[in-house]
Amino acid sequence: MKKLDSKKRHVLPGDFITTSPLRLQDNVVLDGKRIISTTIGLSDVSTDNVRVISLTGIYMPKIDDLVIGRIESIFGSSWFADINSCYQGMLLGQDVFGRGSYPTTGEMKNRLDKGDIIFAKIANFDRQREPLISIADKNLGKIDSGELIKISPSKIPRLIGKQGSMIQTIEGSTNASITVGQNGLIVVSCDETNGLLKALTAIRMIDEQAHIINLTDRVKKMLESDGV
Amino acid sequence: MGGREANVVLLDENGIRSDGRKVNETRKITIKAGVLKNASGSAYIEFGGNKILAGVFGPRDVHPKHMSNPDTGILRVRYHMEPFSVGERKKPAPSRREIEISKVITEALRPAVMLEKFPRTALDVYLEVLQADGGTRCAALDAASVAIADAGIPMRDLVCACAAGKAADTIILDVNNEEDQAGQADMPIGYMPSLGKITLLQLDGVLTVDEYKKCIELGLEGCKQVYEIQKNALREKYFSDGGNN
Repeated sequence: MKKLDSKKRHVLPGDFITTSPLRLQDNVVLDGKRIISTTIGLSDVSTDNVRVISLTGIYMPKIDDLVIGRIESIFGSSWFADINSCYQGMLLGQDVFGRGSYPTTGEMKNRLDKGDIIFAKIANFDRQREPLISIADKNLGKIDSGELIKISPSKIPRLIGKQGSMIQTIEGSTNASITVGQNGLIVVSCDETNGLLKALTAIRMIDEQAHIINLTDRVKKMLESDGV
Repeated sequence: MGGREANVVLLDENGIRSDGRKVNETRKITIKAGVLKNASGSAYIEFGGNKILAGVFGPRDVHPKHMSNPDTGILRVRYHMEPFSVGERKKPAPSRREIEISKVITEALRPAVMLEKFPRTALDVYLEVLQADGGTRCAALDAASVAIADAGIPMRDLVCACAAGKAADTIILDVNNEEDQAGQADMPIGYMPSLGKITLLQLDGVLTVDEYKKCIELGLEGCKQVYEIQKNALREKYFSDGGNN
């Protein structure tokens, strides 16, 4: 382990991070004056705040997150979608058919049926109710084609990379178009089979080796090689 | 003097126990995190002759719905011994003892797990004892704690557990099956070392006040040893090969 005063280091639940009076952000608790990590991850201490970047865990909905979901059921005038979280996303019929409309189940089924994949935004979420999702925006809605894969939600920032560098590398060299949901679900579509397979391999590689430092180079190398 | 059997020598004249350990020595402990693909988090522990598998699912929907709590998540633990885990076949239905152990493990984990972050959900922990050799509740608690951390559930600290006890009029660490059967006292302790809090404390047998204090002291030493092994198991899974440490 690195020394305590270094900026980033690996921490486990219960590990002491620092004592100074700092603002507590994600995955830390205060025990007296000691700041303690609550999860497995990388501690990040800056001048005025402290947080732990988690390396594991499930997706917790956050307002304005873009997620990929699968319609699970239709109940009343709402759809319920599996958004890879401990809660189901609720998509109101009004969101699709307009305010004041009361669509029948048949009409709703015609628009979105069980098993359909949607790209949606978390419109609202609080402790009391299921997260409300919305597809009423540009680029949102039903996804008709592509390969759906699932990775750990904590690896999504790694997949995107700094200013989107990682995802651009993959898209650029495989001609694939990749739709990333913050909840760990990803849709990859590509006209060439080889490109599709390569993009999928690259994404799985990032999921498995997210903690390795020179991952972008490794992914580049893999993409440049001939075989998959 | 308890129910000591005449033919078992629990402690010889050199202070060596029936399985060759010193009085303040634990059995060999190995823990592996993330052994089950389909569970959210998992761990496997070998604690001397004990072999226990822990699987964590969730946080997920609560069924039946009326059990859910709008303020916090709920923790459900099932401790179960396989029919083949002991010498004579054990009936697979949950026994009185298993129900009790499930309850004490739940209560030992609850102060550590921050379920208030997941209202209206349940966290299910399944503990399967594949082979039992005394001290399964401590070993199961150790595995459960690693499995929950592996699932990424926020925890204030890992809960580690180890038993201390009394056999042949001596305070000993990590009571094994023989010492449990023929000894005078058994005291399982669950502990959060970083916060310095005890979450499980049971005592079966009779101890004087001095013996009790010594027993806790020794038990906590054992817990700290287990804590390091638990942390190493998690480090191995998450930070090995190519990490920046």
